[in-house]
Amino acid sequence: MADFVQFAVSGLTIGAVYALVALGFTLIYNASSVVNFAQGEFVMLGGMATVFLAALGLPLPAAAVAAVIAAVAVGIVVHALVIEPARGANAVTLIILTIGVSLVLRGAAPLIFDKQFHKLPGFSGEAAVGVLGAAVQPQAFWVVGGAAVIVLALKLFLARTLFGKAVLATAADRMAAMLAGINTGVIVGFAFATSAAIGAIAGILVTPITLTSYDVGVMLSLKGFAAAVLGGIGSPLGAVAGGLLLGLLEALAAGYLSSTYKDAAAFVVLIAVLMAMPGGLARVKQVERV
Amino acid sequence: MAFKLSPATLIVLAAIAIVVLPGLVLPSAYYFRVGALVFISALAVIGLNLLMGYAGQVSLGHAGFFAIGAYGPAILPAQFGWHPLMAAFAGVVLAAALAFVIGKPILRLKGHYLAVATLGVGMLITLVLTAEVAITGGPDGMAVARASVLGAKLRTPETWYWICGVLLILGVVAAINLLDSPTGRALRALHDSEVAAAGLGVDIAGYKLLAFVAAAIYAAVAGAASALLNGHVTPDVGSFLHSVEFVTMAVIGGLGSILGSIIGAAVLVILPQALTVFHDYETLALGVMIVLFMLFLREGIVPGLARRLRAGQT
Amino acid sequence: MMGLCGTAAAAGEIRIGSVVSSTGPAAFLGEPEDKTLKLYVEEMNKAGGIIGNTVKLVIYDDGGDADKARTFATRLVEEDKVVAVLGGTTSGTTFAMIPVFEDAEVPFIAFAGAVGIVEPTKTWVFKTPHTDRMACEKIFEDLRKNNLTKVGIISGTDGFGKSMREQCVKVNAKYGIEIVAEETYGPRDSDMTAQLTNLKGAPGIQALINPGMGQGPAIVTRNVRQLGIALPLYQSHGVASKSFIELAGEAAEGVRLPAAALLVADKLPDSDPQKSVATGYKTTYEVATNGQVSTFGGHAFDALFILKAAVERANSTEPAKIRDQIENTKGFIGTAGIFNMTPTDHMGLDLSAFKMLEVKGGDWVLAE
Repeated sequence: MADFVQFAVSGLTIGAVYALVALGFTLIYNASSVVNFAQGEFVMLGGMATVFLAALGLPLPAAAVAAVIAAVAVGIVVHALVIEPARGANAVTLIILTIGVSLVLRGAAPLIFDKQFHKLPGFSGEAAVGVLGAAVQPQAFWVVGGAAVIVLALKLFLARTLFGKAVLATAADRMAAMLAGINTGVIVGFAFATSAAIGAIAGILVTPITLTSYDVGVMLSLKGFAAAVLGGIGSPLGAVAGGLLLGLLEALAAGYLSSTYKDAAAFVVLIAVLMAMPGGLARVKQVERV
Repeated sequence: MAFKLSPATLIVLAAIAIVVLPGLVLPSAYYFRVGALVFISALAVIGLNLLMGYAGQVSLGHAGFFAIGAYGPAILPAQFGWHPLMAAFAGVVLAAALAFVIGKPILRLKGHYLAVATLGVGMLITLVLTAEVAITGGPDGMAVARASVLGAKLRTPETWYWICGVLLILGVVAAINLLDSPTGRALRALHDSEVAAAGLGVDIAGYKLLAFVAAAIYAAVAGAASALLNGHVTPDVGSFLHSVEFVTMAVIGGLGSILGSIIGAAVLVILPQALTVFHDYETLALGVMIVLFMLFLREGIVPGLARRLRAGQT
Repeated sequence: MMGLCGTAAAAGEIRIGSVVSSTGPAAFLGEPEDKTLKLYVEEMNKAGGIIGNTVKLVIYDDGGDADKARTFATRLVEEDKVVAVLGGTTSGTTFAMIPVFEDAEVPFIAFAGAVGIVEPTKTWVFKTPHTDRMACEKIFEDLRKNNLTKVGIISGTDGFGKSMREQCVKVNAKYGIEIVAEETYGPRDSDMTAQLTNLKGAPGIQALINPGMGQGPAIVTRNVRQLGIALPLYQSHGVASKSFIELAGEAAEGVRLPAAALLVADKLPDSDPQKSVATGYKTTYEVATNGQVSTFGGHAFDALFILKAAVERANSTEPAKIRDQIENTKGFIGTAGIFNMTPTDHMGLDLSAFKMLEVKGGDWVLAE
């Protein structure tokens, strides 16, 4: 039992990271149908920028805020220079564009930062806390809690504010939203800025656990994308569920089956889920273009 | 002269020229090696283009089939004493069989769901190659025995340049024949509109599977050639990044364009060689180039330039 | 840069090639190698080059990709006409390049760990790092000394971790060590508590060994502390830089690992012949790069100076003569140990080159 709890804690912590990356995917996908493979790079930016700003002497909270602002600025620039000019391009072209962006960010990061691994101190210290017989890093609570707060805030924002509703309208039908007088370019730009912020916050929250370096983004983009699709791409709650499930699968597979084949186990289940529910966990309706 | 060449013949002639003309003037083994690498990638990309450009299906795990093709001539001669060329053939058959078996269920998925499923398949293949150290040599890979034909060892990059060149030309001819057949027309109908194609009685699932298996065969042949050229394989050949590289080549060259596949492969293979002067800026520069290509030649280099040329003429 | 223009004394140019992984997953290994080579080649040229020849260093970055490494190897041989090659950051890239240099008959000194690089001996291939087998042997020796015989292994599935794990399961019986449980983790994994929970429960387990490099071993170390596992933890020479201690933080206290004397350069007794070489390299590197010295850069340093000495002894820039003299390296004091190469030993280090280190008070100390 204690072992199971330990595995579950491990899975949920990593799953919360995947969930945050998946959430970023979802937001941009909803606003613009773009699958942004540079999402993992925002996570890297958040972690690395905080590390380096803190090294320059900034207090940690200030460094974290500045890092998020920097990531948002990058998100806005990416949208303005790359995504907006490519409006109307087909889905694969857009994917390649975002892969190009991720290469640019990953190529620039070692020039601005460096190529070594870095860490941040745990926000509430490093001493493990006992939960139902399992030892938990205090930072894990920050990660899971942070993910919960972000999901809630996003949900409230989308449901309660006029701007949020405009985002939802754009997601549902861009043409109709435009006809209704919504400046969809601004909405998509906003989605990029918000995704960048979510990514950067995720990066800051997880760096005390996962450590960071200029190239952590690749794997995170991959797993985050898988999680978003598992949840049913386009559904924020699905993204969170997909992320947590993917993390849990990996940890349980590592604990009970084989640590070497844990990623395989996770992907086999993922493919099986997609077979059974071709729209992902949230059963998003697949739109068929005629 | 009322003599006019069909577009298909022109494409084949262009492919022959792309192989033969540089082959006559390249100065050293290094250039022949880069040329061979271009042809190998181009072969895999032509296959992928049948799937993406014509059948309209995305695969993010294509390098997995490339890896199976590559490990055939690595494992079978080392473990069972097979002749490398027989082993290469067996690897290609295995890749095709695997594509057939898994293609059936996963091709029911669409768009991004299919992308993730293929990504998973590619990852599984790489994972097995990395984990089974006793058979595959693990992450450091394994040596590949030199193939010899009639007592002559096929080892120099120049030899492989010509072998890969011939494979590429054969691949181009096969692709053109496939696309010119009723099957090809069905594939194109599929790309334009699945629903309309189904209405016309096209067996959608069957043709998608056909394109998927064909793409796997192209990738596996390319993989086998790369293993024999290199004399060494690592699981990296099946990695996600390698899959993405193939997709990028297909898109940059132009989806649905055979010549585009070759050009796309050439750009992404040669560019990093040309960028070594910039060293630290290499990844950055590669990213910038990809973004610029996609922004300014959205349909890909070959279709994009062709359209501009035509626009210029009229 | 000045050196490339040639000074009055330079009779000619000696072209040395290098392929390292200064980007990609092994960048933290490749970067110090890259910096070390550039730094010391510049110094050599300021001091008049090698036997009067200006050294021209042609260096390529393979990004950790074996295919690219091989292309660059061909390019060095065919286009750049180098007389010797240093490098190969990972074992995978090194293996991919070996046939090129064997075919072209160009001497090649590798920076990678796998024992397969020099066993069986290949005419043109040498290496400067200790092998992963030696790391296992050193750890097993230490375990025996402390009467610990039942160990659990948690290894990374990257080339380094896998290769060392293979060596450990080959030589453990010789030392009377029993491996009671095994786990692995992926090179990008960020939580190993599940695997460690299983190891913790393995019956009779007395110590943990973690073959791996990069950030993985730091996370393993932290997770061991988190789970309150009180077993002695052995890391490998794959984490031999100060940054491991920084990343693992307090959890690193008491961790042991076999590594080169370089890490404890300033704590070596004055009588130690390696002291001046090790402190010299450490100071020069840290001043020039503003970073911390690692044994990885040290392997590049050793290779460069073994090559320099060989060229000087050969008094020639002919690859075949240089090769013979590299093989003839005797009593060469490097950062990794004292090298004595022979026609059957193309590494030339024995177990005495490894020191058993322990983390104490946030720094490495000699455990012996």
